[in-house]
Amino acid sequence: MEASKEITRENYKAYVFEKMPKSSHWKNMIWAFVIGGTICVIGQAFIYLYSLWFNAQDASVLASATLVFIAAMMTGFGVYDVIGRFAGAGSTIPITGFSNAVVSPALEFRAEGYVYGVGAKMFLVAGPVIVNGVTISVIVALLTLLFGG
Amino acid sequence: MDVFLMFVKAFAVGGGICLIGQIIINYTHLTNGKILVLFLIAGAVLEGFGLYGKLVEFAGAGASVPISGFGYALVRGAVTAAKQDGVYGALTGGLAACATGVSIAIVSGYLVAVLFRPRTKKK
Repeated sequence: MEASKEITRENYKAYVFEKMPKSSHWKNMIWAFVIGGTICVIGQAFIYLYSLWFNAQDASVLASATLVFIAAMMTGFGVYDVIGRFAGAGSTIPITGFSNAVVSPALEFRAEGYVYGVGAKMFLVAGPVIVNGVTISVIVALLTLLFGG
Repeated sequence: MDVFLMFVKAFAVGGGICLIGQIIINYTHLTNGKILVLFLIAGAVLEGFGLYGKLVEFAGAGASVPISGFGYALVRGAVTAAKQDGVYGALTGGLAACATGVSIAIVSGYLVAVLFRPRTKKK
């Protein structure tokens, strides 16, 4: 885009895309696959571990909870964001990315206090996830009741 | 051998789901929050048709660890409870099924906010 061209709301977005560093699509797709897959393998290892004491379903829930806790600590130490820089969706989409999305703003906004800072900002991303998830689950369950699914 | 095969399946399916997410990000520049909600809804809707559960059976953590597995757990919890307790179950089942994950995220989030100092992001 030429500098003389007027920047409007519409062409600004295109302008930003143009100026964005062009990271190789192939490279970050491979990273997303490898990191995402690795996180799931670690989750599977925890499922096997917890299966020693719990039934299959509890083991799966506890494995996810463990990943959430580990990711929260890694976010605290600033490690998760380092991984996220090259893993992209590989670190966003696993449940660890949800954990990171809860912990990261909580930490960042602690200066605004524990009520409106930590307490409120914690749900910046988690809020939409829970709101959408719960709404859909109730709708699907009611439809199942109505039509006998 | 079964265990090894399960790890391979978890890696392939979990990695594959993240790969689809990365492709969507590459071409649409959606923000992380929108990607999370998109995959959550995808998992929930697929389970609405009874499909996602089959993927979880096949790939274990490969399907349950991605956020789509969270959507699956919500819907399955709500539907299972609804079949048992009717409308009351439909309202309680979803949150009950994912309460562990949400609670631990909230508590560890609070813990980290209290214990750690925010890091200045290095560019």
